[in-house]
Amino acid sequence: MEKQGYITTIKGKTGVNVNRCYQCGKCSAGCAVAEDMDYPPSMVMRMLQTNDEDNYQSVLKSESIWLCVSCQNCLTRCPMQIDIPSLMDYMREKSLEQNSVNKKSKNILSFHRAFLDSVRYTGRLYEIGLVAGYKVRSLKLLQDMNVAPGMFMKGKLPILPEVVKDKKQISNIFSKTGEVHSGPK
Amino acid sequence: MEIGFYPGCSLKGTSSEYAQSTLALAKAFDINLVEIEDWNCCGATAAHNINHELATALPARILALAEKQGLTEIVVPCAACYNRLTVAQHEINKNPELKARVAEILQMPIEGKVQILNVMQFILKYISDKITDKVTKPFEHKVVCYYGCLLVRPHDILQFDRLEDPQSMDDLMRKIGATSMDWGYKTECCGAGFSVSRTDIVAKLSGRIVKDASDRGAEAIIVACPMCQSNLDMRRPHINSYLQTKIETPVLYITQAIGLAVGLDRDTLGLKKLFVAPSFA
Repeated sequence: MEKQGYITTIKGKTGVNVNRCYQCGKCSAGCAVAEDMDYPPSMVMRMLQTNDEDNYQSVLKSESIWLCVSCQNCLTRCPMQIDIPSLMDYMREKSLEQNSVNKKSKNILSFHRAFLDSVRYTGRLYEIGLVAGYKVRSLKLLQDMNVAPGMFMKGKLPILPEVVKDKKQISNIFSKTGEVHSGPK
Repeated sequence: MEIGFYPGCSLKGTSSEYAQSTLALAKAFDINLVEIEDWNCCGATAAHNINHELATALPARILALAEKQGLTEIVVPCAACYNRLTVAQHEINKNPELKARVAEILQMPIEGKVQILNVMQFILKYISDKITDKVTKPFEHKVVCYYGCLLVRPHDILQFDRLEDPQSMDDLMRKIGATSMDWGYKTECCGAGFSVSRTDIVAKLSGRIVKDASDRGAEAIIVACPMCQSNLDMRRPHINSYLQTKIETPVLYITQAIGLAVGLDRDTLGLKKLFVAPSFA
């Protein structure tokens, strides 16, 4: 991307002007997952402010953008009301687009993909299908084998999926919004 | 009286007791919750994490279906669905281009005028005034109310309760005879959608919540979100192993607590489905 480019693009796409951040650090202080991130939210803001392509790429490759759990605490406490959660959503989309997803975050993405696959085919989330799809994508085949029987016994795991009648409309929504990925990735 | 109802996927599966107790409570107050016909998943965390347009179009279909069915008001018990539906409607209404684009994607008209109520708003609007007369078994327990993230944030859009120290659930609990205690984790995050992909993070974040509740002597944690409930309840083995102790504080939906107070029985309220069994009911 050209110099000058990304700050303006981000502002156009998300309404977030990264230059408004004055580095008070309240977002990082209140962030539920800052301690697990490679760059806490205030640092992501600072990196983007530099308008430097290397820093931009570092953010796109970071674990931080995938660890953001969208709890909205940063936005709530930001004295400048900067919508960091929307910025994180945008950075995730960009990271995915240019195939820069952080290696340690692949399982988080696998889960999102398996979730959307389930919704794409039935219109509703089918939890057994979601977990099966996630296991295939992440190869975590044995995870939660001890929880499933309890859930089943308590009637929390219906065997058959709930299916929307107008499946065609659901698949149209997916294809028209460009969400056409399928299969493990 | 009839009001629209959007259960969402969790309430049809892992959190069926939340659906049961919400419907039973409504019925006890002569309110019929009518399910939106052919509703779909709101897209949840997965959609808004990787595709903004999809994350708007999926909730928009639900709202368009509600409009088509003539429902002007819908109850959405899942805090995550409530958040997605409200944010999508807000975005559509403030951006006419997006509204037109969404209508084109759906091939359906959408007005964007449905009133979306979370469970607390529903109770406050239709039930709260009548609760005191209906209480037959006061819920005389010490509780902490856990609001989590998505009922109160982002405040500019949701406009619900106070941000840092919300009170609506606490007020309702006091109304049914409970002692609602002050604590430090009312609106801290439980780890939300990381339940499967990063269970370690959920164990840590939910662990801190459960520990504070237990340290303060709470007999129950009261919630209004299926994601919060399942992280604090179903993930208790992971939490206990993270905390290296065994905490047995149960996690009840607000609809179950109120249901018990107005005399509904434990099976109707789905109490058996909780993993950490309450000792008092």
